[in-house]
Amino acid sequence: MPTLAEFLTRADALARDGAALIHAATSRDAVDAARVTLLGRKQGQLTALMATLTELPADDRRSAGAAVNAAKHALETTLSDVEASLGPDVDASRPADLTMPGRATWRGAIHPVSAVIDEIAGIFRELGFTIALGPEAETEWYNFGALNFPPDHPAMEAHDTLYLGDDTLLRTHTSPVQVRTLQTYTPPVRILCPGNVYRRDFFDATHAPSFMQIEGLCIDEGVSFVDLKATLSEFARRFYSGSSKVRLRPSFFPFVEPGAEMDVEVDLNDGKGKRWVEILGCGMVHPDVLDAAGIDSEKYTGWAFGMGPARIAMSRHKLPDIRLLYDSDVRFLEQFAR
Amino acid sequence: MIVSHDWLRSFAPHDKRAHDIGELLNDHTVTLDGLESLRKDIAAIVVGLVVEQARHPDSDHLSITKVDDGSGVLLDVVCGAPNVTAGVKYPFARAGTTMPDGLLIAKRKIRGQTSNGMLCSARELKLSTEHDGILALTTDAAPGTPILQVLGEIGDSQLNLDVLPNRPDLLSHRGIAREVSALLGVPLTLGDLSTEERDVVGRVPVAQDATSATADGVTIAIEDLASCPRYLGVVIRGVTVGASPDWLRARLEAVGSRSINNVVDATNYALLGLGQPVHAFDLSRLHGHTIVVRPVRDGERLVTLDGVDRKIPAGTAAICDGAQPVALAGIMGGRDSEVTDSTTDILLEVANFDARFVRRVRRAVGLSTDASYRYERGIDDASSPEVALQCAALITRVAGGTVTARLDVGSAPPSRAAVTLRPSRVTKLLGDPVESSEIVLILTALGCTVTTSGDDTLVVTPPTWRNDLLKEVDLIDEVVRVRGFDAVSDELRAFRPGTVPDHPLHLAELRVRACLVGRGLYETRPMPFTKDATSAARVQNPLADDEPYLRASILDTLARRVEYNLNRMEGDVRLFEVGHVFLPGPDRLPREEVRVGAVLLGKRRPVHFTEQEPPSFDAWDAKALASDLAAAAFPGRAISLIPSDTDALWLVHADALVIGSVRRVIVDKPVWAADTYGVELTLGVMPSADVAPAGQHAPAPAPAASRSPSEPHVVYRTIPTLPAASFDLALVLPDSVSAADVEMILRRESGELLEFVHVFDEYRGDRLPAGKRSVGWRLQFRHPERTLRDKELDGRRSKLVSALQRELGVSVRG
Repeated sequence: MPTLAEFLTRADALARDGAALIHAATSRDAVDAARVTLLGRKQGQLTALMATLTELPADDRRSAGAAVNAAKHALETTLSDVEASLGPDVDASRPADLTMPGRATWRGAIHPVSAVIDEIAGIFRELGFTIALGPEAETEWYNFGALNFPPDHPAMEAHDTLYLGDDTLLRTHTSPVQVRTLQTYTPPVRILCPGNVYRRDFFDATHAPSFMQIEGLCIDEGVSFVDLKATLSEFARRFYSGSSKVRLRPSFFPFVEPGAEMDVEVDLNDGKGKRWVEILGCGMVHPDVLDAAGIDSEKYTGWAFGMGPARIAMSRHKLPDIRLLYDSDVRFLEQFAR
Repeated sequence: MIVSHDWLRSFAPHDKRAHDIGELLNDHTVTLDGLESLRKDIAAIVVGLVVEQARHPDSDHLSITKVDDGSGVLLDVVCGAPNVTAGVKYPFARAGTTMPDGLLIAKRKIRGQTSNGMLCSARELKLSTEHDGILALTTDAAPGTPILQVLGEIGDSQLNLDVLPNRPDLLSHRGIAREVSALLGVPLTLGDLSTEERDVVGRVPVAQDATSATADGVTIAIEDLASCPRYLGVVIRGVTVGASPDWLRARLEAVGSRSINNVVDATNYALLGLGQPVHAFDLSRLHGHTIVVRPVRDGERLVTLDGVDRKIPAGTAAICDGAQPVALAGIMGGRDSEVTDSTTDILLEVANFDARFVRRVRRAVGLSTDASYRYERGIDDASSPEVALQCAALITRVAGGTVTARLDVGSAPPSRAAVTLRPSRVTKLLGDPVESSEIVLILTALGCTVTTSGDDTLVVTPPTWRNDLLKEVDLIDEVVRVRGFDAVSDELRAFRPGTVPDHPLHLAELRVRACLVGRGLYETRPMPFTKDATSAARVQNPLADDEPYLRASILDTLARRVEYNLNRMEGDVRLFEVGHVFLPGPDRLPREEVRVGAVLLGKRRPVHFTEQEPPSFDAWDAKALASDLAAAAFPGRAISLIPSDTDALWLVHADALVIGSVRRVIVDKPVWAADTYGVELTLGVMPSADVAPAGQHAPAPAPAASRSPSEPHVVYRTIPTLPAASFDLALVLPDSVSAADVEMILRRESGELLEFVHVFDEYRGDRLPAGKRSVGWRLQFRHPERTLRDKELDGRRSKLVSALQRELGVSVRG
């Protein structure tokens, strides 16, 4: 059992050594540690001393209590003084330098040609179209014969073809998908056919032997050239801007008649101002194409179009060389990360 | 097709500017690819404004002026013209400009005063021969504007027209003039020829026969009527070969064709002006004064006009004289019989050749000419006698001589078949009402003969030059384009949505793409060619021989793309592609699959100051990516990755089906690069069998493909309210025991209250005996209605430990 004298000596020492401990603290954490060491509820040294009060003779308790309370009060004052001298309260969960970078993850990217296709498809979806696909290796009939290409005709020379066998080839356009779809489904048909197509071209800055195309087809009773013009003009206004002027020029593709090309008057932001830019080929589906797919061309009519999304991607991103779209250079692809 | 506006105007006189004609044709007939003034020699001359004018101190006839040429700096220019006046604009040639006569304008001193260019007269610009001082301009154009924009159209212009294969009738000036005539309602004329000149030749009698004819000692015979249905000849004697007159030279030069001599120029005039290839032989060089079109004999050769000795393809026909070939039919004449300066008598060839025959020879010989281009697309066979007449008349005008004989062997082409046209069909296809009378007007203007037959029927006979008007729709096309696309309404009308559902492989592609982009991969679209000769498909006629095969694997393509990046010192490569592969199959087309491939290489995360060197991707990243990707591709299916003893690490299963694999991708890599891991999954097969025979619809329309095959809806599980209890097991496994073996027993023996079990640690090393490893598992249990007691957990624990010991020889780590 401690005596009063021992108790008071101990309280005095704690007040003195405690103050020194607190003053030695140079951080809030150190102050907190000192508080725990001295006044902690379980193991604080002064707390422990106070617990021994009950062991003193009853007469001594009052003066001992006063002494230890004075010591506690002094330590608390010192703690708050020192704490105050350390500056404003700092939240440990708030980093000191908020200009340091965040912890990033890798960002992926959709290929720029896919992005163009998505955008085109998005607009046509709103106009009631769905997506149809087909094989890239095709028969001559699906690629040419069913599409009204006369055999051995100069029209086929524009489609310089990569052949796999005598009558099998890599499709030169996605039009075979139109024929396959028309053989499978009964009109009304409103489809888009995106896909890879092939031409016998060298791989250089402006050509590739394999590239993406997107075609569309609309077949139903009573579909007319007015519908073609209205729908494609609507598309062009949404794809470019509402104020873009649109025009159609006569053209020729064996599988449509009348055939046309559509130009949009746009400013490509290349310093050359507004000008007509060809964006798609189109036309009324030739009755021979419908007949080839077993669709009654007297009853049903319709229109089709085709676009080159790579050309659009090159123009909108100002790509000097089409090979950038194929090389898969991560320094190119990362520019499209989102 | 390059067209001279002046030449065009000679056939269809009109007062429109070349620009307007170009727009007219562009809107109704043929795409205008370009329009160029033939006065490019003054393209550099600009509008100059004389701001100040003063007398030259050392000359009584020179002025010193200050000229604003739009450059922002006033230029000192010395001018000798008496009419130079301040405040007036003149054509101005800056220093450095070359004048039409070849004179280079340089900065120089004139009597001590610097001159930075020249104010020009009309004569200096070759605009006229007058020399009344410099040319005062009345224009609002700003200084610096090119003079060509200010003077309006001066001189001739070239229209570059993109004539497509369906309109060979547009491959001549007269052909384009027919369109202009129809569109503007102006008459067609003979052009540069007079009726009298033409009629003089027309009075020479024609020796005509189905196979062979002779006149004036010249014989023409056809032995291969299939290749050459008709051959016309004109004999002209006494010509003087020499330079062409200026007007003829100008015609040809205006379209970029070189003048050669008057006779050859006249034949080129016929080609480019009238659309029919014409060849002139030096009659004296033809053995026996004979032309015979006959099958080629073995080994026959010909030195063509371009000096190349060519083998004439076997199995075709050649134009021969009495002894040997003298021309490649429809392509090019022979050098030995060409017209030279000493030629006096000529035989003109105006022939009809079969288009397929010419194409065959052209391909075999590999020589394409203006003539073959037209024959292959189809010339106006019926016009040949008229072309022969006009070309001969032209030669007698420019080279003198007399037409002594005309020959016509073979037969005239059959007349064009009449086509029935329903005006109601025009309205139906166009969508705007069109009167029958308007249709008749348009088709008549284009040269068709139209008769009415019944209420809604027109019988239309196309003109001889239109080999593309064969069906009703061809005539509708004519009506629509002549009326103009601008005239067509463009209001959106009611429509029915389609019956075709989205292709399921497209939807799968969108899902896997979102999955991979979300995980930091870049989509790529390389070409599917490979040098892998084991492939199922080879391109028979590749332009480049290095990669003639079609790939059987996307990872094969991506591996090459990884190498491309490594060669550029890029070591963080995360790529994916959705594309087709080509596999051996039982049918004539390869079996085609749509696959997704993905590769991972390099740092798992970007560098951060808290982690200077993030770990590299390893097999475990690829395994997790594969299982996420498979789940995205096949929603609702049970995805499992089964260790493989092939060169793959894992095979990916969806339900019981193997859909792909995870593998280390072998690439040619530098030492600093990390390993590449790849995933390739098959999304589906793209059928390529014929849907139905030609001309037929599939017998039973395929049922609409379901949007999400067998994807069950998520069924809600009650969110637990009571706490879970868990414990860890540190187990020592012999190397023969796999984690999957252990997990199977853990799951089996744990009972239904097991919530999850997973591996949290693996240790191999000195503190364990050889051939053993320690693996830590955490198991978590939860009772839906009460808190689990420690005793219950201990019971489970001992049960698991004894089962593991008994069945696998696995013990708890001490």
